[in-house]
Amino acid sequence: MIAEAGLAALWLAAALALLQLGLAFGLGGGEGRRIATVQAVAIGQGLMSAIAFAALLALFLRSDMSVLLVASNSHSQKPWLYKFAGAWGNHEGSMLLWVTVLALAGAAVALFERRLDERTLGATLGAQAALALGFFAFLLFASNPFERLNPAPLEGRGLNPLLQDPGLAFHPPTLYLGYVGLSVAFSLAVGALITRDVGPALARAMRPWVLAAWILLTLGITAGSYWAYYELGWGGWWFWDPVENASLMPWLAATALLHSVNVLAARGGLRAWTMMLALIAFSMSMVGTFLVRSGILTSVHSFAVDPARGSFILALLTIYIGGALFLFALRIGDVKEGAPFEVVSREGGLVANNLLLSVILGIVFVGTLYPLFAEAMTGEKLSVGPPYFDSVASPLALALAAMMIIAPQLRWRRDSAPILPRLLPGVFVALAILGLTFWAAPTIGWLPRLGLAIGLGLVPASFQPLFGRSLRRTPLATYGMVIAHLGVAVAILGAASDSAFTKEKLASVRSGQTVDVGPWLVNFRSVMPVAGQNWTALEAELRASRGSGVNVLRPQSRFFSEPPTTTNEAAIESFWNGQLYAVLGERDADGRWQLRLWWKPFVTLIWLGGFLIALGGVMALAGRSWTERRQRRRLADMELYP
Amino acid sequence: MTIRPKHQRLILLSLALVALMGAVLLAMWGLQDRAAYFVTPVDIAAGKAGDGRAVRLGGMVVNGSLRRNADGVTVDFIVGDGKATTPVRFRGITPDLFREGSGVVAEGRMEGDLFVADTILAKHDERYMPPQMEPMTGNMTANVQ
Repeated sequence: MIAEAGLAALWLAAALALLQLGLAFGLGGGEGRRIATVQAVAIGQGLMSAIAFAALLALFLRSDMSVLLVASNSHSQKPWLYKFAGAWGNHEGSMLLWVTVLALAGAAVALFERRLDERTLGATLGAQAALALGFFAFLLFASNPFERLNPAPLEGRGLNPLLQDPGLAFHPPTLYLGYVGLSVAFSLAVGALITRDVGPALARAMRPWVLAAWILLTLGITAGSYWAYYELGWGGWWFWDPVENASLMPWLAATALLHSVNVLAARGGLRAWTMMLALIAFSMSMVGTFLVRSGILTSVHSFAVDPARGSFILALLTIYIGGALFLFALRIGDVKEGAPFEVVSREGGLVANNLLLSVILGIVFVGTLYPLFAEAMTGEKLSVGPPYFDSVASPLALALAAMMIIAPQLRWRRDSAPILPRLLPGVFVALAILGLTFWAAPTIGWLPRLGLAIGLGLVPASFQPLFGRSLRRTPLATYGMVIAHLGVAVAILGAASDSAFTKEKLASVRSGQTVDVGPWLVNFRSVMPVAGQNWTALEAELRASRGSGVNVLRPQSRFFSEPPTTTNEAAIESFWNGQLYAVLGERDADGRWQLRLWWKPFVTLIWLGGFLIALGGVMALAGRSWTERRQRRRLADMELYP
Repeated sequence: MTIRPKHQRLILLSLALVALMGAVLLAMWGLQDRAAYFVTPVDIAAGKAGDGRAVRLGGMVVNGSLRRNADGVTVDFIVGDGKATTPVRFRGITPDLFREGSGVVAEGRMEGDLFVADTILAKHDERYMPPQMEPMTGNMTANVQ
């Protein structure tokens, strides 16, 4: 019954989306009554989608094997957390999650959005309904998650063991919330273009959505990077895999949007540009979904490979992105010109930031989709990998970081005061470090060398906006910017240190033998069998010492029976100045064990940086909504006591 | 420099266009010698992976070719695609789905006639297969599935 109820709720939600679309764009009722109805319908649509998703969760938690999706992706003996996560660890479930978030975001706009005038709000909700409708159709006609399986098997096929990890259980929903949160920015832009109402009020309405989506994307990408690092056992943290690029592209667009929406909200400038970015950002989310869900590109992450569904999503994509760009082209002439500014100004710096981010986005986009075009044009199958992205995108990312040393020190509109003294600390540190690296680490590559210099130069520069201000009266949003920019510096330092100073050792050892890696002596003690709830493993005991104390590492080779798979569980020990990483390999005919060790100085800074960037976003979001609420209350007070 | 409001949008527009074209040109330049990242032994025989250029080699581990060296961490094997073969050397821990007669994807570079791999890609599950290897799957599916 639960499956049928879920499917019914899904159909109802789709019907409500259709109704919402019709009502928003002019069927029946007067203006005033209509917007209230549209809002109510949007809330109903969100509720129905949530019920459908709750039904799927219930089916997974109860291990109802008469449902095809549960039987093919779950197992009754699995820990409950992975039954729960199994609901979205597959194609149909993740698409249902995607649509549910989309519908709930629409409901939230209907409930909470008070900055927009009624017509723009109505058009926005209409656009959101149009988006949802396409994805509802995709679920109902091409990927029904509630399909029954008759006869029901006694047992399910299990969840891919690589997905059985607490971090990964919550990684996709975080990314999805981010992806789909950008749909609101898209709908707001479409709504405002329809009603020709592009201005600071729209930017203020859009900003919290962009910020929230961007925070979740940042967290999702950071978590995904760490997951790849510790679960795959390759010791790398970014592979330029199409699936990773799928999350990076919307993040790049959202980062640019986040900066330009601030210019529009605070200064009324960059109107057309901001609308364009809002359309691009969610388009990138959809392109990402298409890439991941169609399995059309070579990816080691391809969990779902189905070209038929790919063409359905491709059709949706063409309609939405094409339609939005067409609307943009029609209306952009009517959008008022923004407030003027000079080249050397905060706006100028933000334009430079936006251009650099767009160029990086373009490079990642071309590199990710080039194999598709090449195959369509010439029939040749090829893939683009790290050599391309590293050599083309990384220098631009460093240029962007170098811009960050300068741009935040500039003032709005025009900057005639001498800027040099403000730039000095960051530039001085960067140049000093650059010189120092030639002396201290002459052999490292030029990318890590520049990374160390620019990263360390960005540390003092990111604090500089606080200098000469009353720290108590500085808005929380400014602290947010400081922390986020500091996070970028920290992440760059981690990446540069990892690629410059990592030490690696590969050895074949017997128990009792000792190998060295970097400053560590690692003694290989023994290999013992161990067992978990749904796996057995061979576990090695390593004793690592550096000077006095001893750290014990226990890497495993783990066997899952449902489905039959082996995974490597790396052992990672963190220290203030780096991580020791150990992977256990196979036993050879002589009874020796393969062992791979890495000493990775300051590698943790990569993810600490990502976390700081997200934290900065949270501070900006909290600071802004607090200020706005206080302003609204003051306005209300003035009306009460004239 | 002061920009008149009328001209500002025009300047921004042209800047954006220049940036976009720059991105595409830069990407094309980057792709020129790095696009054929995925190669098979036939491509290598045709000289598509010049000495020292990082590429990803895909193919089948030829039956009977796998040899583990005395040091315990180096394996030698031959990758074939039905038309040509390439000898491969890898120092490291091979993934669990790596065995003779099975598909393999290795990252590395040609050093003379030998392909030296830095990484043997682990597959997330036994169903994974790069699209580039589809033509070879005839003799592969039995082992892979």
